[in-house]
Amino acid sequence: MAMLEIKDIEVYYGVIQAIKGISFTVNEGEVIALIGANGAGKTTTLQTITGMIAPAAGEILFEGTDIAKIPGHKIVSMGMAHVPEGRRVFAELSVYENLKLGAYTRKDKNEVAETLERVYRSFPRLKERKNQLAGTLSGGEQQMLAMGRALMSKPKIVLMDEPSMGLSPILVEEIFNIIREISAGGTTVLLVEQNAKKALAIADRAYVLETGKIVLSGDAKEMLNNDSIKKAYLGE
Amino acid sequence: MNFLTYLINGISLGSVYAIIALGYTMVYGIAKMLNFAHGDVIMIGCYVVFLAMSRSGLPALPSVALAVVACTLLGITVEKIAYKPLRRATPLAVLITAIGVSYFLQNMALLLFGADTKSFSPVVNVPALKLADGALTISGTTIVTVAACIVIMIGLSLFVKRTKAGQAMLAVSEDKDAAQLMGVNVNATISLTFAIGSGLAAIAGVLFCSAYPTLTPYTGSMPGIKAFTAAVFGGIGSIPGALIGGILLGVIEIFGRAYISSQLSDAIVFAVLIVVLLVKPTGLLGRQVHEKV
Ligand SMILES: Nc1ncnc2c1ncn2[C@@H]1O[C@H](COP(=O)(O)OP(=O)(O)OP(=O)(O)O)[C@@H](O)[C@H]1O
Ligand SMILES: [Mg+2]
Repeated sequence: MAMLEIKDIEVYYGVIQAIKGISFTVNEGEVIALIGANGAGKTTTLQTITGMIAPAAGEILFEGTDIAKIPGHKIVSMGMAHVPEGRRVFAELSVYENLKLGAYTRKDKNEVAETLERVYRSFPRLKERKNQLAGTLSGGEQQMLAMGRALMSKPKIVLMDEPSMGLSPILVEEIFNIIREISAGGTTVLLVEQNAKKALAIADRAYVLETGKIVLSGDAKEMLNNDSIKKAYLGE
Repeated sequence: MNFLTYLINGISLGSVYAIIALGYTMVYGIAKMLNFAHGDVIMIGCYVVFLAMSRSGLPALPSVALAVVACTLLGITVEKIAYKPLRRATPLAVLITAIGVSYFLQNMALLLFGADTKSFSPVVNVPALKLADGALTISGTTIVTVAACIVIMIGLSLFVKRTKAGQAMLAVSEDKDAAQLMGVNVNATISLTFAIGSGLAAIAGVLFCSAYPTLTPYTGSMPGIKAFTAAVFGGIGSIPGALIGGILLGVIEIFGRAYISSQLSDAIVFAVLIVVLLVKPTGLLGRQVHEKV
């Protein structure tokens, strides 16, 4: 059984249909890339999965439960975290307070402290700056904080929306290394990226989204060699 | 000694404004709306205390506790019925609704309690403090008011900084969607904020009516507007801003009344607000909105 199964979801903004019936699956342990041009509906898809937007139709089965019918704030404690587009860190709160909010639904203080140490080990920069206000971090540091904050919930699956957006090539490399580490640690990853080349390189499988529909899916490495993908998304 | 007396009276009145301003500022911070009915919650709280003490013969403290509970429930109910359905409406629609709620509460009080002025018997039973061989007297009400303000400010700051619910409040006030992604129940958090603000309004109302002991259905509106001014003055959304704005406003009002003109004191208060907003549009402690791309 797939860990996450999206079945025929449709999403509207007012009268405009942004998602026109898409279905896909994410299996445990996989890295899945969701790629597509600006406005294709990638962010909308992720937001629908984590309950920020309600779908007009369709099912979202997470470990067999239809989470489309569950209030958004209950989804994180089921084991699903979301690193939103544009980071969305709490600017007025410190790095440490942001991370603590990531563990908001967890009760066991010792376990949370353990996860915090692990996050600090993955992102030493966050530990150095734990008392700094998140709003004063650099863009790259904010991205690390957004990822660390998501990991604080100890998720089974992490949804990431363009984590490399606006970062320098060195930082992009660092972020992708961290995604690899997260995956190696046993966490399933659903990755939305503009940087299709890098995303396909670390993904197991990929889906291509075009104006609210999935137009292509398959093995990520094969897609790297697919001519139409190369032309449209890899700039070759 | 006159100067000192005025200063102390100003700080006392300002403490009341500060406690009321907290309600405005917290609700604004979290729901991005001006709850114009906040002042009328004060008035309802005063009526509860008045009725509990004069009609039911309850002692002061239980009466105040009853008022806090009543106002807390009132705040939660108003939010649920009037504001929650407008979560995604335009700010203007919310503002008009808040004004409507304010009129509703005033007219409900008119119907329930009548239009006649009730004389509010002081709730505070603390002896006055005589200083400098009796040249300076600080009334028991003043002592309790300032102490209540300090305790509330410290308590609220600790609550926001140290507790999970407080941190959730800050998260929701910055970014509701991101807060929800953390697992925060946004609606419950907004409800809690209204509950705290309204409970504090009951305390502020009792302290206000102890100092100015006349009670009508319109008693809440003037201190409400002043406290709103104080919140804007200090920087709306900021808890220390509410304290500083409230105290300054109280002191300016009393000094204006004493040294310039008792008729003009309100005008002076608002004139100072306008000057502050012209010089610093975010208020004294208001934060610049900074966003990183
Ligand atoms: N809040 C909104 N209100 C109305 N339309 C919206 C809203 N958010 C997104 N849309 C529209 O829905 C479509 C899909 O947007 P979405 O943000 O999901 O795209 P995306 O694939 O994430 O794009 P990008 O790569 O630029 O982030 C777009 O046409 C967009 O204009
Ligand atoms: Mg997007």
